[in-house]
Amino acid sequence: MQGTAMKNEKFLNATSIFRSQATTQTSSKSVRGESASPVKKNIKIKVESFNFYYGNTWALKNIQIAIKENNVVGIIGPSGCGKSTFLRCINRMNDIIKNTRAEGFIYIDGKNIYEKDQDVVTLRRDVGMVFQKSNPFPKSVFENVAYGLRINGVKDQRVIAQKVEKSLKDAAIWDEVKDRLSDSPFSLSGGQQQRLCIARALAIEPRILLLDEPASALDPIATSKVEELIHQLKKEYTIIIVTHNMQQAARVSDFSAFFMMGELIEYDATSKIFTNPSNKITEDYVTGRFG
Amino acid sequence: MKKNYVSQFIGFTFLRFCVFIVIGILLIILWDVFSKGACAISWEFLTKAPTNGMTKGGIFPAIVGTFFVTVITAALSIPLGMGCAIFLNEYAKDTKITRLIRMSIRNLSGVPSIVYGLFGVVLFVQILNLSTSMLAAGMTLGLMTLPWTITASEEALKSIPNSYREGSLALGATKWQAIRTNVLPYSIPGMLTGVILGLSRAAGETAPILFTGAAFFLPFLPKSLSDQFMALPYHLYIMATQHHDIEGVRPLAYGTALVLITFVFGMNIFSVVLRYQLRKIKKE
Repeated sequence: MQGTAMKNEKFLNATSIFRSQATTQTSSKSVRGESASPVKKNIKIKVESFNFYYGNTWALKNIQIAIKENNVVGIIGPSGCGKSTFLRCINRMNDIIKNTRAEGFIYIDGKNIYEKDQDVVTLRRDVGMVFQKSNPFPKSVFENVAYGLRINGVKDQRVIAQKVEKSLKDAAIWDEVKDRLSDSPFSLSGGQQQRLCIARALAIEPRILLLDEPASALDPIATSKVEELIHQLKKEYTIIIVTHNMQQAARVSDFSAFFMMGELIEYDATSKIFTNPSNKITEDYVTGRFG
Repeated sequence: MKKNYVSQFIGFTFLRFCVFIVIGILLIILWDVFSKGACAISWEFLTKAPTNGMTKGGIFPAIVGTFFVTVITAALSIPLGMGCAIFLNEYAKDTKITRLIRMSIRNLSGVPSIVYGLFGVVLFVQILNLSTSMLAAGMTLGLMTLPWTITASEEALKSIPNSYREGSLALGATKWQAIRTNVLPYSIPGMLTGVILGLSRAAGETAPILFTGAAFFLPFLPKSLSDQFMALPYHLYIMATQHHDIEGVRPLAYGTALVLITFVFGMNIFSVVLRYQLRKIKKE
């Protein structure tokens, strides 16, 4: 028991050291050919000739994309275009789906996560994910947020309580749940449940946050709260958000990627994608001519 | 439109009729056993051994025997069955072999209990040399309930939404952590219900224990696992068909049947209460 706690502290320290190293390393390099970006930032995720197959279906075709630190990237496209598949490749959640195959490279801080020696458990600690349908566990509100800490071996109740409070505050839900921490999460509203799931993902301090249509089941007020939250979170996290809602992509993201039929059609600054896209198909989609 | 309502009426009437038949049969059996067995039940009947060639006295050794054999059955069948179900549902890939294994398990639950009895004689009594004993009988019943335990446990695991597993994995849990902390706690009430129903069926079986350890009559209680024992279903079978004075011991036979039915009902009610309690704890 003692051993796991110590190991975990080491793990937490190791991550923070790794983080600072990664920043210094990449900042010393020049940012390559990113003329489109208004502010120069480090590249956090780099995807190169990435393909993904469900059995014989070619779901992602030769994806190239580079995502910068502390940016919000919106992924848009019609249903079945591979948006969610792409998202789930970044924390290798697709590994658990039978009969799938990935080819190519996804680098996070310069390390290919599809390398054989990559431990998926460590990867998923660093790359948090929030699912389309909010999925609180049937534990108390507090235990939901504490879950990630507990499975990662944090034993100290004080540390857990502090981190739970901080995560709930970061997810802008603390004021609404602070008096009902021991209640069931199913007594919360849909929007609160989704922010609880975001808090749960934040508790283990990931570096990247993947949001899979986080607001698709929410009403406009709850949606605006989640969007506001995304604005706040990008100070500390690199965020990739899949969305069906183009206004939402326009509102929250710095860059937008338009996917269709498993291909990345266009990737550029959001303002450009929505006002002056280079590709005719992108233009048709964002102006609502199809999809 | 009117025609539709007529056919609906006919359909519902038929379905209602089916329910009445089923419940009616059950009630007739219960009433029969109750009315004829209740007069045999007394403190002495429950706490004394049979005397005078089983024409007098009670059924205490049979109650004890059935209780302990059921415990042995549970000890074998619950860990093995749950473990097997967890492996099949959570770990095993969906291949031809696992499909074949699943199909075999389903088929095993349809094998007649006498076949299990004979198998138990060969495996436990002869090959493993356990002699006809409580252990051999309990293990035979354990094997018999395994397919039930596995199937019920697998169904309970299947009822846990996949989002619990995915949510847990996405937070950096290993597969085993996800299963242990976020799947098993919620599936255990369902598992237990199925398992206890299987056990209550085993408690009422005669054929598997007939050759593996149950005794016609013993003047003493079993002292260890390797002793023979008396059991309620076997005792009932003897009283009803093998006794030299079947008419004379009929009230005792009915009394035994009543005790056996109560034992089985008790287990089933226990499983319902247990599930209810566990659900309540979970919600708090």
